[in-house]
This record gives sequence, structure tokens and C-alpha cells, in this order.
Amino acid sequence: MREQRLVDLRRRLIPYFLLGPGILWLILFFVVPMYFMARLSLDTGIFPEFRFNWQFSNYSDALSAYDTQFFRAFQYSAAATVIGLLIAYPLAYAIAFRGGRWKNAMLLAVIAPFFTTYLIRTLAWETILSDNGFVVHTLQTLGLVSENGRVLATSGAVIAGLTYNFLPFMILPIYASLERLDTSLVEAAKDLYASSRQAFLRVTLPLSMPGVVAGTLLTFIPATGDYVNAQFLGGAQQAMIGNVIQSLYLKQTDYPSAAALSFTLMAVMLLIVFIYIRIAGSEALMGEEIGGADVIE
Amino acid sequence: MEAHAATLPRERRETAGSRVWKWLKRNAIVIYGGLAIAYMLIPIALIIVFSFNDPAGKFNFTWQGFTLSHWAHPFQISELTDALMLSLRLALLATLISTVLGTMIALALVRYDFLGRRASNYLIVIPTATPEVVLGASLLSMFLIYGLSLGFTTLLIAHVMFCISFVVIVVRSRLIGFDRSLEEAAQDLGADPFTTFRKVTMPLIWPGIIAGAMLAFALSIDDFVVSNFTAGTEVTFPLYIFGAAQRGIPVQVYIIATMLFSITVIAMVFTVLQQRRADRLASVRPEQEV
Repeated sequence: MREQRLVDLRRRLIPYFLLGPGILWLILFFVVPMYFMARLSLDTGIFPEFRFNWQFSNYSDALSAYDTQFFRAFQYSAAATVIGLLIAYPLAYAIAFRGGRWKNAMLLAVIAPFFTTYLIRTLAWETILSDNGFVVHTLQTLGLVSENGRVLATSGAVIAGLTYNFLPFMILPIYASLERLDTSLVEAAKDLYASSRQAFLRVTLPLSMPGVVAGTLLTFIPATGDYVNAQFLGGAQQAMIGNVIQSLYLKQTDYPSAAALSFTLMAVMLLIVFIYIRIAGSEALMGEEIGGADVIE
Repeated sequence: MEAHAATLPRERRETAGSRVWKWLKRNAIVIYGGLAIAYMLIPIALIIVFSFNDPAGKFNFTWQGFTLSHWAHPFQISELTDALMLSLRLALLATLISTVLGTMIALALVRYDFLGRRASNYLIVIPTATPEVVLGASLLSMFLIYGLSLGFTTLLIAHVMFCISFVVIVVRSRLIGFDRSLEEAAQDLGADPFTTFRKVTMPLIWPGIIAGAMLAFALSIDDFVVSNFTAGTEVTFPLYIFGAAQRGIPVQVYIIATMLFSITVIAMVFTVLQQRRADRLASVRPEQEV
């Protein structure tokens, strides 16, 4: 009897033992830092003398000073997400259903950018789009860019960079959901006299939505906070909120403003993600797939 | 008669045109996909090509001429090599820790129902929904308030933190499709829980763990944003590149990038081929139609 209870207790404690170390790490180095950042965002003073003061005006001051960069970050990342989706969905579809024996090679090409460092890829784009490069010359010849016009330091360059850099994150989840799609359902739709278009819109697309939701989130979230693309491909006119936070923290040591901006960014982001998941379905985030695990195996 | 002769070629031209049109229409998605893949590979091609460049000044931005002289001394720049070694050391350690912790969490979440399961799920998802700049900024806030000096330890703490969630997500996806009856069978045949885990569970979830570890390694070695906040005076490979971007990127950066790229591609291709060979050897059943 007693032994049985002991076994029961041990069984009930197993999940906590398994969970413990990892969750503790996340609490200590994700949750607790959030608390400290929140506190720092209500401090007053000048580096290195800060005092906790419930200074809520830090938020309004920082937001009114940097609202342009704040909104620009969301605009650029939304644009990059939409363009990325337009590139990724047909590509994922082509790989999943028309790849044939080229499927693996195509998948390798999709994850190939992962094998070069993010910063080097962005630098490569800087080289490609540089003022005396081939792309700018062509665009100038075609009259799409004025004689002394540039591609670098425009919003287009930053959006193009963001789109490029997060594209694999968009393609892989969409591919994963298309790949496991039961094609007999599409055939059934066609047997029931659905046109290819109807079959796609009514069967394939809805079934691949988890991949689309995961892909758009995996693009939108990192793109909004990114400051590498704006730094390398843009100029001062294209600075995003990430550039501001980075500079306030690491160069100007205005920690309270930086913390207030980071906290607002996170809150807005979580709100957007929450609403988006409510509308689009939650299995993509809480369920099984997010990183395109099937492909990496 | 004449009219007939005149219409015939026109008709034929139309059918040829419509055939091309039909072919285009049928293969539009493949062509589009091919173009998209070309777009994904352009910067990589540029990196490889520019690793053979012979730049005149310190900026490797325009093509000056082919040379192998830099390839003869890929590790000539000691700061770059040090940064690379630091990144490798950091990524290996972060991968090891986050894979162990993440796999344990995934096992707990999929296999057990317990108080706090939902909260744990949220705690795992929220870091992935947080922009990296916020992760870095919050950690820096804490380190500043504690007066902790930044360095390898703070880098490792940060890297493990953002890797754990992704490991959990990948390993969990593998565990969800897991056939529990295999474990029960092992237990019925007299295996104790530990043996069952070692002989049945582990081999089955191993691919998931490897996939999680690979993702963690890729995230860690490539991380710039969080490292920028938590590195202090330490310089990882991405941090070196960021610093060098202002001063001028040495050709060696492109050479090392090309090396890393080639090693990974060769390893991937090799693994896939091995896997196929193993599958072929293991398949008792005749090959199914493709």
C-alpha cells in the first residue's frame, strides 16, 4: 500500500523533474530579465546613476521621439512578410507536388542560405545593390532609377533584404504542411467536378493554412525587430525600431528609454500574434510544427 | 484551293503557339519556383565568386580580378580565426545544453499531463514570439542591474535560452507521432523502464533530437542580435563581420564563409545518400512505385 503510493508519487514527479531544469533556465533568463527591463523602463536619471521612480513618462517620451521608426518597422516587416508569402507559397507548392526527383536538391537550395552567415548574406546583397554594381546600372539604363539614383539606402532595399533573409522560414513550414497533405482529397474534389482553381482554393489552401500561419509569424516577428538589414542596406532614413533600441542601449546608454521601447515592442508584438492566431487558428504555434523539422532531418 | 493553302500554315502556327502557351501554363509554377530558387542562391554565388577577388582597397565590393593568393592563407587574420573558434565553441556548448534541456521538456509535455502544463507551453512559445532585440535588451538590463560582467558566460546563457524553445518544438513534433505500443511491447517482454527508454524510445526519437540540435547549432552560430547585447568585449564570428563591415571586409571572410558553406553542403549530401543507401538495404519489401 505504502509502496504503491510511493510509486504513484514518483510517477507524478517525473514530469516536473524532466521539465525543471529547462523551465528554470527560461524563467531565470527570459522571465526575470523581462521584470528587470520593466523596472529599468520606469527609472529616472543619467548613466550610470538610475533610480526607480515609476517614471511612466519614459514611455510617452520615447514613443513620441521614435514613433516614425516604430511604425516603419511594422510597415517594412509586413511588406516583407507579404512579398515573402507570394514567393514562398508557389515555390513550396512546386517542390511538394512538382519536384519529382529534384525535390531534395530544391530543398537543399532553399535551406542553403542557412549555411552562410546571416550578416554575410546581407553584405552580399549590399555588394549586389551597390552604387556601381550591375543591378543599379541595369536599372539606370532601363530608366527605372534616375541617372545618379541609388538602390541602397531606399526602403525597397531594406524590404528586399528582410524578405530574402527570412524566406527559408516562410518556405519550410508551408512546404511541410503541403507535403503531408493528403492528395486524395484534391482528387476527390476534382471527381466532384471542382475545377483546379476551386480544388486549390477550397481544399489545398485551407489545409496548408497551418504552414502559412507558422511561416508568416516566423518571418514577421524577427523582421520587425531586425536592425541588420536597415543598417547595411538602408540609411539613416530607413532606421527601424531595432536600430533605435540597439543604439540607445549600446551607444547612448539611455537605458530607460531603450527599455521602454523594447517593452512596448514586445507588448505590441504579442498582441498582434495573439490576434492573428485567434483569427487564423492556433495549431501552428502551439501544435507540432514551426521550424520545418521534417526538412532538417 | 488557294484559300486552303493560305489557312493551313496559319492554323499550324496557332496550334504551335497554343501548345507553347499550354506548356507555359502547365509549368508556370515550376518556372516560378526555379526563379525563386535562383533568387535564393544569388548571394551565395556572389560570396563564392568574391572569395577569389583581388580587391584593390579594403572594400571587397567590386570585382577587381581573380586570385588564389587569399585562398592560400585563409586563416591569416588572427582576429577572424579567433572569432570563428569562439563561435564554434559557443555553438557546440549551447547546442549540447539546450538539446538536453529541450528534449527533457518535450518528453514531459507530450507524455505527461500535469499541473502547469499549459503555463509551460506558453513559457516555451513566448520567447519564440519575442523579437530578438527584446531578448537581448532584457538580458542586458538584468546583467546591468546585477553588475554582472559580460563575456562568454553571458553569451552562453543567452544562446541556450533562445535555443531551448526551438529544440522543444522540433523534438515535440517527432514525439507526437510516436507509437507508444512499441514501448509497451518492450515492457511486456520484460524490459525495465530504463532499458525500454534506451533501446526503444531513444532510437525512435533520435532523428528529432538530431534535427533539434542542428537547428540550435545553426541559430547559435548565426546569432548576431542577442550576442551584440550580451557579448561585452568577446567577439563572435557574426560580431567580427559586423565590426569589419565598417572598416572593410577582408576577403578571408568570404573564404571562410565559402568553406563553411561547402562543408555543410557536402555533409548534407553525404547524409542524404547514406540514408538512402541504408533505407535500400533495410527495406525487405520490394521497392514501391514512385
